[in-house]
Amino acid sequence: MSDAEETASNPVSEPLDLVRLCLDEVVSVKLRGDRELKGRLHAYDSHCNLVLGDVEETIYITEEDEHEQEVQRIIKKQSEMLFVRGDSVVLISPFQ
Amino acid sequence: MLFFSFFKTLIDHEVTVELKNEISIRGTLKSVDQFLNIKLDNIQVVEEIRWPHLSSTKNLFIRGSVVRYIHLPSSAVDTALLEDASRREATAAKDKKAA
Repeated sequence: MSDAEETASNPVSEPLDLVRLCLDEVVSVKLRGDRELKGRLHAYDSHCNLVLGDVEETIYITEEDEHEQEVQRIIKKQSEMLFVRGDSVVLISPFQ
Repeated sequence: MLFFSFFKTLIDHEVTVELKNEISIRGTLKSVDQFLNIKLDNIQVVEEIRWPHLSSTKNLFIRGSVVRYIHLPSSAVDTALLEDASRREATAAKDKKAA
């Protein structure tokens, strides 16, 4: 069997196959800029452009308070259907 | 190509585009191209107090690369169709590589 045939027959032969197996499952996506999304994966392509449904976005913000101490602040946002541009995506993993 | 076709089905729907510089713009999707550049009509900036410099703009073009998110109306999205299209595109990409 040539390499090419092996690639076509094996259901998990390349990294994006793992993303394919997450279709219609809840995934967690880490993004640039200290952001995270949790939602149901409805579409993806080779650029990691995504469409997620019932999404919760979490933004992690580090600020300095009046005593110049670093404090963490978390913002959560909801969205019913969200397109995510692939160039912001860092990783995609099945949500557990 | 999948997302290009997908956004063509959303033309004339109301969307909210969040840019990488934090500005969110709501408007009617009027056109899209293969780079996912988009044109919006009847725009309104979310949090206009914070971003007043676009308040007189009615329609605009957004370069695809500056987009972070596009919030979509879920009623306009057929999720089963999208999932099938994603699987088909993944298979097509593999066949192309194997050929």
